[in-house]
Amino acid sequence: MKFLPLIAANLFRKKIRTTLTVGSFAVALFLFCLLITIRGAFNQGVEAAGADRMLVISKVSMIQPLPLAYRDRMLRVPGVKELTFASWFGGVYQDERNFFPQFAIDAENYRQIYTEFIVPDEQWKAFQEDKTGCIIGAATAKRYGFKVGDRVPIKGAIFPGEWQFNVRGIYQGRRPNDDLTQFWFHWDYLDEKVEPFLKSYVGWYTVRLTPGAQPVQVAKAIDEGFANSPFETRTQSEQAFMASFVEQMGNIELLMLSIGAVVVFTLLLVTGNTMATAVRERTGELAVLKTVGFTDPFVMGLVLLESTLIAAAGGLAGVALAKAFTLRGDPTGGMLASFYLPPSAMAAGLGVALAVGVVAGILPAVAAMRLQVVQAFRKV
Amino acid sequence: MVKIGQNGSSDSLIVIRNLAKTYHRGSEELHVLQGINLDVDKGDFVAFMGPSGSGKSTLLNLVGGLDVPSTGSVTVAGDEITRLSGSRLTAWRARHVGFIFQMYNLIPVLSAFRNVELPLLLSPLSRAERRRHVETALTVVGLQDRMQHKPRELSGGQQQRVAIARAIVADPTFLLCDEPTGDLDRKSADEILDLLARLVGEFGKTVLMVTHDPRAADHAHATLHLDKGVLT
Repeated sequence: MKFLPLIAANLFRKKIRTTLTVGSFAVALFLFCLLITIRGAFNQGVEAAGADRMLVISKVSMIQPLPLAYRDRMLRVPGVKELTFASWFGGVYQDERNFFPQFAIDAENYRQIYTEFIVPDEQWKAFQEDKTGCIIGAATAKRYGFKVGDRVPIKGAIFPGEWQFNVRGIYQGRRPNDDLTQFWFHWDYLDEKVEPFLKSYVGWYTVRLTPGAQPVQVAKAIDEGFANSPFETRTQSEQAFMASFVEQMGNIELLMLSIGAVVVFTLLLVTGNTMATAVRERTGELAVLKTVGFTDPFVMGLVLLESTLIAAAGGLAGVALAKAFTLRGDPTGGMLASFYLPPSAMAAGLGVALAVGVVAGILPAVAAMRLQVVQAFRKV
Repeated sequence: MVKIGQNGSSDSLIVIRNLAKTYHRGSEELHVLQGINLDVDKGDFVAFMGPSGSGKSTLLNLVGGLDVPSTGSVTVAGDEITRLSGSRLTAWRARHVGFIFQMYNLIPVLSAFRNVELPLLLSPLSRAERRRHVETALTVVGLQDRMQHKPRELSGGQQQRVAIARAIVADPTFLLCDEPTGDLDRKSADEILDLLARLVGEFGKTVLMVTHDPRAADHAHATLHLDKGVLT
């Protein structure tokens, strides 16, 4: 504590420079946290996927439907405890800018399989009793101001026409990264209104395994059961399905990593240069400190501490800014359903900031440590 | 009492024996100091004069433990400092030497109080004790009402007095002054020299001072001349 005035005086001797360096850290950390958030949003499905759930889709393509008749046959496969199904609706609210994912769901079993979504019992009951009812995720409800009892028109793209729904419930998530943007309505309602050739088809099945069941064997049994039929299936874990879905958008991971690395490296150069300049400017003062009895390691520690404090201040500011930004929700209007900065990512961001602060300060700190008093005074 | 040319054991505070310093510049050897023998007693005020490059500052740096000799020894109060290295030498310096420079060498972002407090930060003194010591040192140099001023808010003479307060605050064994009046006008220079003389007379400090100014040297008990690294 007794060295605090010395450290503080050094940090604030060039206020503009210190502010700019802290600002560089803040901007870089803001960007870093944003990248983590975007990556998390892309991978949200993978991370949130149920470990005991498997998805059954058409072997031909995800957009090819499967017969409803498969439900009972799948339930007889050993290892399958229960299942539900859903179809992609793909409509928009009012116009194309207002997109959120809509699913026609199996109102009987959907809630008990997707247990991460919380719908109050009375709302779920009201939904089940109203064929034109819908359940909306809290994020979407907040975004458009939907309340229970509202009537929501959705313009169908795949299934043409204007579809009217009654909001019967708002769902929440058990975890911070659960997707709260979805819109669920009765598959029966969809099936009732589609063209005859599309009746009795679903988009995919979600299967829950019995405890101890081997997912690979269950998947094999399901797919073999429908082999050589007009609607062959592909069964995979929900996690694998979500991961392959993300991969379709390209190597997001590599892109994020590359941008992150460039940001960190640039920051390293900026801070390293700032600290080197600071040490050069204070050659005489550092020599005075050594003259009056400050040891070489102490002077080195002083420079390192300054560099780390700048990094910590900038890091904290950047992370706080990023958190405030992400709290406002998905800025893309639906592309990044779970736009959430978790505490672990905030801690990682601060860790990166501190590490950059230390690494950037090492060379100037070593230079300060090696400074020879007599030579330093000759230069001043 | 100052003695030159002795070469044996001595009870003096500072005992310098066969001290030499050689710098290498490429293949060239510069013998900055050659075979210095000197004894300085406690309470002496010694001035070193000589032309530029005669080795005055080098001698001061060696006695203050800021530099190491090529050969020879420096013993202060029984400690042969030329045998000390690294952190032990730094610790010795903190305990025994007060430095006063021509350009004051104050930390510009710290107040007079904080500048004077610097050497005490390394001691186990409490905050209140440090405050008391700093206030005493600043009072001795007549700057008790300028404690919170930054160096740029003080005149050259006042800055040098802050530097003197910093040099004496830890009650060192001796003071080393490298051209302490070299950057001051006559009046300020005289004030500083009077202050140094007072430190010797009233407080029993030992002072070794390098100067080009004969009037400054007049304040010392003894004036020694260095020429081409040799004491005359």
